[in-house]
Amino acid sequence: MSIVSEPTIRHRPDENVSSFSPVTSIPSPARSPGRLVVDAQNISLTFETADGRVDALSNVSLQIAEREFVSFIGPSGCGKTTMLRVIADLQQPSSGTLLVNGMSAENARLARSYGYVFQAPALFPWRTIEKNLKLPLEIMGFSESDQQQRVERYLSLVNLTGFERKFPWQLSGGMQQRVSIARALSFDPAMLLMDEPFGALDEIVRDHLNEQLLQLWKSTEKTVLFVTHSIPEAVFLSTKIVVMSPRPGRIIDIISCNFLRDRTLEIRETPEFIRIAQRVRSGLRSGHSYDE
Amino acid sequence: MTSGAFSGARPAEIRWHPTVVRYAPVVVIVLALVAIWYVAAFLMNRNIVRDAFERDEIHYTTGELIAGTLSAERPLLPAPHQVVQTFAEDVFGWPVTSPRSLVYHGWVTLSATFVGFLLGAVFGIILAVLIVHVRTLQKSLLPWIICSQMVPILAVAPIVIVVLGAIGLRGLLPKAIISAYLCFFPVTIGVVKGLSSPDPIQRDLMRTWSATPAQIFWKLRWPSAVPFLFTSLKVSITISLIGAIVAELPTGAQAGIGARLLAGSYYGQTIQIWAALVAASCLAVGLIGIVSLAERWVAQLMGVRS
Repeated sequence: MSIVSEPTIRHRPDENVSSFSPVTSIPSPARSPGRLVVDAQNISLTFETADGRVDALSNVSLQIAEREFVSFIGPSGCGKTTMLRVIADLQQPSSGTLLVNGMSAENARLARSYGYVFQAPALFPWRTIEKNLKLPLEIMGFSESDQQQRVERYLSLVNLTGFERKFPWQLSGGMQQRVSIARALSFDPAMLLMDEPFGALDEIVRDHLNEQLLQLWKSTEKTVLFVTHSIPEAVFLSTKIVVMSPRPGRIIDIISCNFLRDRTLEIRETPEFIRIAQRVRSGLRSGHSYDE
Repeated sequence: MTSGAFSGARPAEIRWHPTVVRYAPVVVIVLALVAIWYVAAFLMNRNIVRDAFERDEIHYTTGELIAGTLSAERPLLPAPHQVVQTFAEDVFGWPVTSPRSLVYHGWVTLSATFVGFLLGAVFGIILAVLIVHVRTLQKSLLPWIICSQMVPILAVAPIVIVVLGAIGLRGLLPKAIISAYLCFFPVTIGVVKGLSSPDPIQRDLMRTWSATPAQIFWKLRWPSAVPFLFTSLKVSITISLIGAIVAELPTGAQAGIGARLLAGSYYGQTIQIWAALVAASCLAVGLIGIVSLAERWVAQLMGVRS
């Protein structure tokens, strides 16, 4: 409970809180100025569908520094998942330049710069938990002994030691998602890309996993890109919140959120937290008004 | 077990032994079928037996007529006990190397079935892999594969056997090829479906790890296809048995279940035909049993919840 007041002290009070006009230059967090891991300039992506052109992304520019925790929030169809997939080289932008970890997105993928966590755990049902964790390691050609060590290390990181020989169906949904996070971390990528990883879980499990994820972020010092549609989740986890809006998918606000890295769920009761949450909400609302 | 208020009002429930519960329906159906069979045997053989009695000017009672219909030497429809008796004699009454033994004939057919099944399954799997991986093949091959199954096998079998005989292939192999021709189809269809069954997230995951096509095949596509493969194999193995039997018919083969069926129909030995049919179904049940056992074993290895 004593932590409750701390974030307000740490937060820089100079930001233009009430404005939600598109922010293009982002004040980088004071603590970790680090090197850029994502540098996107004017990324656009259009699909040709039977119903005509869809602008999934329109002139999205974004910089993400090392060790940041960046949340993408917005209504469905706003391109937040598409943005993540573009960074992961699962989809190619129609125009714009993108550097991931200082190289092209494809090279970054080939260099195994990121681990991707999807909304569903997507564990391979015929593999035990241990074998699921080993899957990317086998593919990447890690030695047998290294694989074993990593399985032990990353299973304990997500508190699942002892479940090595279980099959996925023997674990709850939350546990399965933790396995998939461990799997994404197992080859020690620079970034963790997470696409609504806790979207399918109930709120209690979700809170718990959010805390665990923060612990993980702190201990591994990864850069995390996190897609969500939950405002509290975004504010609680992030150092930076990217608010997006649909048709065309674009960034309408980028909000810094400088609570301590060591935050607990209690910060959700602080005025600072509520203030940021309000700014996210008003950003989302203004994005929606374009439709009507 | 039930809540207090109701259990008093209800008459005490009879609790059957689980074995009874499990097998009673099957037994009842079998008994009913046997009964219908006996009635049918009487109705169908009645005229033959009556004619025989009248020809020999023997006075007969209804009882003798009924007994006659169920023990005729060449009935239209033999009674179940006649079939069972002949089957037992043919299976156990002769050394297994004797051409009068059903075991001998069964083995001849079975060996062609095994070879045909193996050929068909391997061929079917290879075709499926090609179809899934080469887009042009999907369009060019699939119609031909479907066409191949529309050709009546009874018409093609003699041609195949004659052609293969002309190039010096006799005995087991031509039969196995016809059997393979029939049984590869379900395997191809099933495995194509299985290889395409991984969901998009699993494929995206492999891509994020920059997996090679070979890794994607062995670590994702193939394991996903295994359940589909076994479903297909169960269909396929019975078809390959049918294929082997059909292949024995047109050439008047000297040995095999098919030859036995043919000989039976030449000489009007209906009981022998039925005994051969029983042997064929026993083989089919056994073959499906073997595939099912293999399936269960593999499923256990792959952690399928039981």
